[in-house]
Amino acid sequence: MKGSGTISQFKLIWKYFKRNRLALGGLTIIIAIFFVAGTAPLLAPYDPGKTEVSLKLKPPSLKHFLGTDQLGRDVFSRMLYGSRISLSVGFVAVGISIFIGILVGAIAGYYGRWVDSLLMRLVDVMFCFPTFFLILTVVALLGPSIFNIMVVIGLTSWMGTARFVRAEFLSLRERDFVQAARALGVNDRRIIFRHILPNALAPVFVTATLDVATAILVEAGLSFLGFGVQPPAPSWGNILTEGRTYIFDAWWLTVFPGLAILLTVLSFNLVGEGLRDSLDPRLRGRR
Amino acid sequence: MTRFLFKRLLQLFITLIGISILSWIIITQAPGSPIALTMDPKVSPKIIEQMEKNYDLDKPIYQQYFLWLKKLFTGKLYSFKDGRPVLEKIGERIWNTLLLNLVATLIIFSLAIPLGVFSARRPYSFLDNLGTFGAYLGLSIPGFWLAYLVILATVKLFGYPVLGLRSFVIEGLSPPEIVLDRIWHLMLPASIMAIHGIAGLSRYTRSSMLEVIRQDYIRTAKSKGLPEEVVYYKHALRNALLPIITLFGFLIPGLIGGSIIMESVFAWPGIGRLAYQAVLARDYPVVMTILTISAVLTLIGNFIADLLYGVADPRIRYQ
Repeated sequence: MKGSGTISQFKLIWKYFKRNRLALGGLTIIIAIFFVAGTAPLLAPYDPGKTEVSLKLKPPSLKHFLGTDQLGRDVFSRMLYGSRISLSVGFVAVGISIFIGILVGAIAGYYGRWVDSLLMRLVDVMFCFPTFFLILTVVALLGPSIFNIMVVIGLTSWMGTARFVRAEFLSLRERDFVQAARALGVNDRRIIFRHILPNALAPVFVTATLDVATAILVEAGLSFLGFGVQPPAPSWGNILTEGRTYIFDAWWLTVFPGLAILLTVLSFNLVGEGLRDSLDPRLRGRR
Repeated sequence: MTRFLFKRLLQLFITLIGISILSWIIITQAPGSPIALTMDPKVSPKIIEQMEKNYDLDKPIYQQYFLWLKKLFTGKLYSFKDGRPVLEKIGERIWNTLLLNLVATLIIFSLAIPLGVFSARRPYSFLDNLGTFGAYLGLSIPGFWLAYLVILATVKLFGYPVLGLRSFVIEGLSPPEIVLDRIWHLMLPASIMAIHGIAGLSRYTRSSMLEVIRQDYIRTAKSKGLPEEVVYYKHALRNALLPIITLFGFLIPGLIGGSIIMESVFAWPGIGRLAYQAVLARDYPVVMTILTISAVLTLIGNFIADLLYGVADPRIRYQ
């Protein structure tokens, strides 16, 4: 299956993926959110930071699609800009965690023995901590900036990837093509990254997609506790959090950002699961 | 079995040391840690004095670690905020959290497993697809947001208070009404905390069942004329649920993470709210003790789950 080249493998995965209507729907929404994030300045009818006290807490109307907040800012414009924060937190955090996870997993699986034992104990230790509380504590220590949040989420969520990659490496390193590369005198680094890793990447894409969903939820949770991306920068999490004071008078401040988070996280979960199904030969063709 | 036990115990011990070292590094060595505050002239000398008492800053680094460890386990760490022993503060609140989590766990298991079996009996039917979508929805919904919507709805519809352990005004209520009031205040946060778990576990049960029911012994059971209920709930479910034992250990960190948010939303006086208040007040001894204790509890939970799995499934022992 792997021998037939990367292009045809992508085609094969796509063939099974597009049969899954839920996953396709998720992918469409993700593309739409990316588009919105990219063109937010063009789409937004108002400046997201402009306050207008005379217009405070106005319900949704034709002028302000999603109403205005306690400072009279346009919620629709703020939500458009907020998509940038959610997406960048999700992707950067997962980029960091995937990088660490691949590195740790590859080294542990390739070298085995005590290196493996040591790194896997580290994974065990990290897995024991309640992740959300650990992230909250460290973000509180460092101070809640978007940069710190991304890095801390990344540093605390690489363990699953590491275990996957290690398991793949353990079986792949015994294969003939790796033995052949070794016999030819190819150095370890090249064997790990050029020969084995491309064959071990498939499950990583699945975890990465699902982890983006988790990271967006974690940022929203941090915002709720006051340790998310700080106002006045608009993030879905902090629009919701600022709005909860007015929950009985201005439901739109609570409902819309929450729906945006739900829809985004749901889309990433659906795509991740769809990807998992189309990568697993045992599940193919069932739908 | 002895070899299996010995190997796991050794791993447990090593991981325990790892947890304590990592906890200690976060609190004393990380940038922004409270130790850096001792250099800050704006911090009151009283807090600095407490910090020196808690962390033995006058000793060499490796001694600091061992002294901290000793204090942690003998209850000699004191809160920055009110100077009370940390373990005492935790002890007061732990029962509320355990109660909430126990109820949430019961809800998860009693709903998720029947749901999973139900879906597995009619895979890819309309109801199964609905269940799949519902599960994704449950996994994706921000818990605190749902909690706010539920609070908004119940207060508007019933006009009955939902926050805290019980209602403020309980004079004039009869004992059964007081009990009902307590149950009402318990069920709402517990149900919302359980949603994530129900979504995850029902999907897990479903896929595990789908694996099992394709096996020969299930066909045998069916062909000898056993009622379908017996085949599914007795023969298949037992094997399908075997791996769930290992999930048990991982419940703890998830529930503690969930407790922080849910207890804050519902003003529930438990460990999660204590942890959050401690983070806000920069009360590091409390924060780190809760973090370390929950990691140790998770480790012990995993260890017990491992042993149970070894007992339940002999194949694991001989690997």
